[in-house]
Amino acid sequence: MITKRIIPCLDVRDGRVVKGVNFQGLSDVSSPVELARYYSDSGADELVFYDITASAEGRRLFTDVLKAVAESVFIPLTVGGGINTLEDFDRVLKHGADKVSVNSGAIRDPALIGRAAKRYGDQCVVISADVKRVDGRFTVFARGGRDNTGLEAVEWIRRCVGDGAGEVVLNSIDTDGVRGGFDLEMLRAVSDAVDVPVIASGGAGSVRDFVTLFKTLPRVDAGLAASILHFGEVTVEDIKKALRDEGVNVRL
Amino acid sequence: MTGLIDYGVGNLFSLRSSLSMIGEECAVTGEPEELSRFDRLILPGVGAFGDAADKLRSTGLFDAVREYAATGRPLMGICLGMQLLFEKSLEYGEHRGLGLIPGKVTPIEKDIEPGLKIPHIGWNALSFKKDSPIFRELKDGEFVYFVHSYHATECEGYVSAVTEYGGTLTAAAERDNVFGCQFHPEKSGGTGLKILRAFCALEG
Repeated sequence: MITKRIIPCLDVRDGRVVKGVNFQGLSDVSSPVELARYYSDSGADELVFYDITASAEGRRLFTDVLKAVAESVFIPLTVGGGINTLEDFDRVLKHGADKVSVNSGAIRDPALIGRAAKRYGDQCVVISADVKRVDGRFTVFARGGRDNTGLEAVEWIRRCVGDGAGEVVLNSIDTDGVRGGFDLEMLRAVSDAVDVPVIASGGAGSVRDFVTLFKTLPRVDAGLAASILHFGEVTVEDIKKALRDEGVNVRL
Repeated sequence: MTGLIDYGVGNLFSLRSSLSMIGEECAVTGEPEELSRFDRLILPGVGAFGDAADKLRSTGLFDAVREYAATGRPLMGICLGMQLLFEKSLEYGEHRGLGLIPGKVTPIEKDIEPGLKIPHIGWNALSFKKDSPIFRELKDGEFVYFVHSYHATECEGYVSAVTEYGGTLTAAAERDNVFGCQFHPEKSGGTGLKILRAFCALEG
């Protein structure tokens, strides 16, 4: 049976990994290539890179780095951040990305997902949604959580999937960074509404949180993890062993 | 030298990097008359069967790949490239494939429990049905990465590996010098590299 995936997520600015990376045994913790290798060797099922660069020069550095990672790590790579046009899809796919994640770009141009899915296939297009409760309603935010779009999240995600998005990353702003566990209520609402894989993001603080996620919501396919892994307190292998011990199918 | 067939369907980046990682020389080609200079060929592909088969025909690669296979040299199809090796596909209508392995390509929906997600995306375990030269470095149960909604059926004698997803799906098939992998060896970590290394060790 298919395994639940554990996916480390790296933020990259101007070609370097930023925020909270603190490993022993790596000579350069802000080298995306070294980190990608480390995660791949320790059992990561996939990697996500977010390009948080603003400048064109930074974007070029990012694609150079992406190419170097894709030449040395042979697991699926997803790229997000600054994807607004088909040219952006093209740029990262040519440098080794397997999937492209869109967020604000799809909100600005609602035709983007459909066009990208038609050109590159559904399997290549990931809708990433930053969602927060506003007056009890799941609401989509754009621009890294700064702009309230007023869109209702389940409706929006369902529409993106209908247009051809092949996977969903659901990032709960309410639980992000709190490290108190995934947003099970929000994840349930979304995973019940779509038939494509849903990747949980935001809130992982312990190995236990992944066990709770997959035991409570068997329809969720993968868990994204950033800070919990980057500080080296917990490894991908620790998470997977705990899941296996609880009867959750993982690749070990 | 291994040839990677480029017919405008899918991304060759990872495949090229994987072969370079295992020290195998390779070149990308889209020219039918060039195929014969390679020791072995890989036919990749993502997307829809009908479009891909049309592209193979319009570029002249359809006949060239069939002629190449007839020389006895190794040919491997990956993902949609594997599906193209069969006689026909029922994806959006009925389309004729290369016919190098008997069988047809049908929706996985018919063969799995209802309610499971389609496509079948992610890491799943291989279970071997015969001794295949391309899996000789692998143990039963090793994981590989899949992304697909269709699979080969009515090809019983040719199935070399299956995977379980609420039903049994064809993961790999072969006939003599022609090999097909429904999963992506170039995205399956160390296990995938072992498969590519074994394939590249085959001589025609």
